[in-house]
Amino acid sequence: MNTKKLDWLILPILGLAIVLGSWHALAGKKVVTKDAQGEIVSEVRQGAIPALPNIVETWDSCKLYIMEPFAKRGEMDQGILRFTMYSLGLVAVGYVIALVVGVPIGFFLGLSPTFAKMFDPLIQILRPVSPLAWLPLGLVMFLEAGKEAGTLAALFTIAICSMWPTVLNTAVGVRAVPQDYLNVGRVLKLSRTKTLFKILIPATLPYMFTGFRLSLGIAWLVIVAAEMLTGRPGVGGFLWQEYNALIYEHIILSIIIIGLVGFVLDRLMSVVERRFKSAL
Amino acid sequence: MAFLEIKDASKTYTTGKTRTEVLTDINLEINEGEFVAIVGYSGAGKSTLINLITGLVKTDTGSVLLEGKPVTGPGPDRGIIFQNYSLLPWLSVFENIALAVDQIFPDWTAAKRREHIESYIAMVKLTPARDKRPHELSGGMRQRVSVARTLAMNPRILLMDEPFGALDALTRGTLQQETLQIWEADKKTVVLITNDPDEAILMADRVIPLTAGPRATLGPSIPITLPRPRNRAELNENYDFKQIRAEVIDYLLKATDRRKSSITKALVLPDIEPEDVNKRRFLGPKSRPVRRSEIKQETVETT
Ligand SMILES: Nc1ncnc2c1ncn2[C@@H]1O[C@H](COP(=O)(O)OP(=O)(O)OP(=O)(O)O)[C@@H](O)[C@H]1O
Ligand SMILES: [Mg+2]
Repeated sequence: MNTKKLDWLILPILGLAIVLGSWHALAGKKVVTKDAQGEIVSEVRQGAIPALPNIVETWDSCKLYIMEPFAKRGEMDQGILRFTMYSLGLVAVGYVIALVVGVPIGFFLGLSPTFAKMFDPLIQILRPVSPLAWLPLGLVMFLEAGKEAGTLAALFTIAICSMWPTVLNTAVGVRAVPQDYLNVGRVLKLSRTKTLFKILIPATLPYMFTGFRLSLGIAWLVIVAAEMLTGRPGVGGFLWQEYNALIYEHIILSIIIIGLVGFVLDRLMSVVERRFKSAL
Repeated sequence: MAFLEIKDASKTYTTGKTRTEVLTDINLEINEGEFVAIVGYSGAGKSTLINLITGLVKTDTGSVLLEGKPVTGPGPDRGIIFQNYSLLPWLSVFENIALAVDQIFPDWTAAKRREHIESYIAMVKLTPARDKRPHELSGGMRQRVSVARTLAMNPRILLMDEPFGALDALTRGTLQQETLQIWEADKKTVVLITNDPDEAILMADRVIPLTAGPRATLGPSIPITLPRPRNRAELNENYDFKQIRAEVIDYLLKATDRRKSSITKALVLPDIEPEDVNKRRFLGPKSRPVRRSEIKQETVETT
């Protein structure tokens, strides 16, 4: 029975061990052949996937970036958390734009059947479009901006890709506001603005927050693509640069960091979301 | 001229291709200060009938007149206690009542409004729960908040749609007595909707049966001359009470037999929380809406 209690700890560790073990087993290893004098004759990588760095190599190569997470050695050579901060900053701006634009659209969709019929098909078509497709369009649109074009295009891409869950959840939330609540407003003869602020918005908030959480997830997903294509400093930009520089260990480091940050963001948002739901 | 008058009203709902003729030939006259109970089957159209008075539902034919003036839409002069209370779950007891009071008495000073709200909270004995949200309250307590909110609006007429329908029998009894006491204080005009003949007879001056739907209509008024204050325990032994009850039930049963249709519907108090669009979330917490069935017990002072 004791084992049951520790399942929450032991099983994830076991899962992690299996994945790390498989990685290490599949990864390549440097094999150095020396002649009698100790001169290196050949240096080859062997293994199932020779080019894939193994755990030891990855750690050795990434130590510096992890141990000095905020160091700045050059434009594209900085501590991993410093890169993460750049990325988060860009995501934050794009995400806020998404919310500011998305919530009103969601309200219109939810409140007006005409508006919904007009734009719903369009939204369904735009929604699945990949960030990789939006980014070039963004670059074209902000061509005039010169040096800032990359940043603006990245923000545009983050905003337009991450907006949809907020739009759709808000719309669903508005439609789901119980008629009973609206009847209270009608009996009291609340004005339109008061009905919006005292009844519609509070009743929709839990749905909106679900949308916000999903949107943040997408915004973070998009950042990597955006940075890769614009070459901005950040985790995604770093990842792409190190790929080009043939330092594959750093790709793995970036992936792990991107995953962890995404996970933490989702957790934070769900705490906020739960706050709002339990407040009801 | 009666205080409230419904003349030849009828109501048909049309959803898509289905038409439900809910009410026909509704005629009703209520005098000022009168306590009238309308008793009918579940699904007969009781809520529809009371909403003709609130103005939330418009009549297809006929008219509704309050003090001679036609009712064209909802307004705070007709205070309603909704069947499911309709408290706003994100507001505390105080704030729920304040929403109504602030809207209706904008000229009052903040202090006066506050005092007004507090006095109604005290009247329904909820002062200790003043800052609680509806989900922290039992069904009976929510019902009282709803009563306080409606009375605090100081409406010309008080409409109650099955106010005790969602409560257990014991709580219901207590709240019936409390409501009567509150009513005796200023004898407002009341229309009480109920599916319980005993409740109707206990509380009202006049009981009017509503036949089963579809095409439900009001039967003849039955005056209740039992002396007030009435007491449930005593009434059970009362000969007149038994007579009247037999009369009401008889009428409803006969009216139903003639139509050979009855609708039975379980009465469920709706969940207070709205449902999540994304029922299952990966990696998310397993939060879910608060259900009615999870509501804690309540304590009621019996004085
Ligand atoms: N908005 C609506 N649209 C269509 N049909 C409706 C609507 N509201 C009520 N009905 C139908 O009208 C009939 C009467 O409903 P109503 O709610 O008035 O009954 P009720 O007597 O209050 O029932 P209960 O005792 O369950 O509260 C039901 O058959 C119901 O399905
Ligand atoms: Mg009803």
